[in-house]
Amino acid sequence: MEKGSFEVKVGLAEMLKGGVIMDVTNAEQAKMAEDAGAVAVMALERIPADIREDGGIARMSNPKMIKDIQKIVSIPVMAKCRIGHFAEAQILEALEVDFVDESEVLTPADEKNHIDKNKFKIPFVCGCRDLGEALRRIGEGAAMIRTKGEAGSGNIVEAVRHMRSVIGDIKALTVMSEDELMAESKRLSAPYELVKQTAKLGKLPVPNFAAGGIATPADASLMMQLGAETLFVGSGIFKSEDPPARAKAMVEATTHWDKPEILARVSEGLLEAMKGIDISEIPEGQLLQERGW
Amino acid sequence: MVEESSNKTVGVLALQGDFEKHLSALYEVGVNGKLVRTETELLSVDGLIIPGGESTAMTKLIMTFALEEPLTEFVKTKPVMGTCAGMILLSNQTDSDSVIGFGAINIELERNGFGRQLDSFSADIPLEFTNGNPFHALFIRAPKILNTGEDVISLATHDGETVMARNSNVLVTSFHPELTDNLAIHKYFINQILLSKENLN
Repeated sequence: MEKGSFEVKVGLAEMLKGGVIMDVTNAEQAKMAEDAGAVAVMALERIPADIREDGGIARMSNPKMIKDIQKIVSIPVMAKCRIGHFAEAQILEALEVDFVDESEVLTPADEKNHIDKNKFKIPFVCGCRDLGEALRRIGEGAAMIRTKGEAGSGNIVEAVRHMRSVIGDIKALTVMSEDELMAESKRLSAPYELVKQTAKLGKLPVPNFAAGGIATPADASLMMQLGAETLFVGSGIFKSEDPPARAKAMVEATTHWDKPEILARVSEGLLEAMKGIDISEIPEGQLLQERGW
Repeated sequence: MVEESSNKTVGVLALQGDFEKHLSALYEVGVNGKLVRTETELLSVDGLIIPGGESTAMTKLIMTFALEEPLTEFVKTKPVMGTCAGMILLSNQTDSDSVIGFGAINIELERNGFGRQLDSFSADIPLEFTNGNPFHALFIRAPKILNTGEDVISLATHDGETVMARNSNVLVTSFHPELTDNLAIHKYFINQILLSKENLN
């Protein structure tokens, strides 16, 4: 019997496929997310839109809040730690969270190094903007990859850019010969073995999810059609005018992403989505996606 | 080995979870597989696999898309296999109101009975029908079988507890045969349940 092996970590990511993982900031929101059909909740103290607005240092959540959420829901509970902050990750492991998100939404703790995730028994998810970044994180032990998008923006454009970049580079890999793969791995700054494995599989070696700016059922469908296997919805639910109805609609849209008539039906009657911001309105140096490498 | 099944189609309930993995396994075994999301799709298949995933999320989607009645009817008599969350949905009792149990197989269980992700594990377990050849089984936040009815046969145990069981038309596992390359359990379902039911009819 073996616990904490890579296949056991990836196994949980496989179970979350075709679902929606929702950001929640307290037990009440967590229960609402579970009732709406979320496959997991991400426990954090402030949703990304508020982190962006409030400024200051964003850190790992208070363990008390995480425990309260673990008590009230039966679905997996995830939590975020700062990039490179392995001590926060150790605490989250001690709390027995089901997944740790080493996240650019929190203020980075290390500008050079990400966490050595292979050392942990709990699985990690990490964000990426392109294939090289995805494979570097997998090389460090990430069991799930998500696009970074631009968290808290309510704007899907960055998640689309990142997903298209990852999928496009994977497609290119599949038609390369062995000798080209080494040059490509140099270009991507990615581990050669993982580049070879990705070329052979025609997909990432771990589940590939989308995050960052998903706000509507149509956004959900768009990301699924671009190749996402599951969605993270952060500010999109609790910054909308009717969180329970929107949460439920997002879940239904993720199941029936390829049926526009169902998407039309679940979108009908929803109140205003989160307002959102144009990426050009975000001051230079304040893009969350630029954190980590 | 399964040539007779070439005219049979096995559906995989594709509301949420690792349904693609089951579809690949069916392809490897040489059986027609089809993703099932609607009643019409359900009525077009000869057997059904309910995959791993989150049982609460699947329950919501079953209710929302009016699949409770057709599924309840289907799993009563048709060949059905359920893994992890799929087993929960096929059982006759669960520990919560937020999860539906179709009562297709007479077992009582505890969701996440083996613990949270930190307790998820792999183990090589012997199966009753492979002459003791071990099967590399992944248990992910797995449900634990507490009791089984008289008509239920245990097909594998781990630490003395049943982790795979069947009755006349339903096969369930606490673990995830779809996450490994070993097709023994999918083949067993096809040969001993899907095709043998056909023989009985």
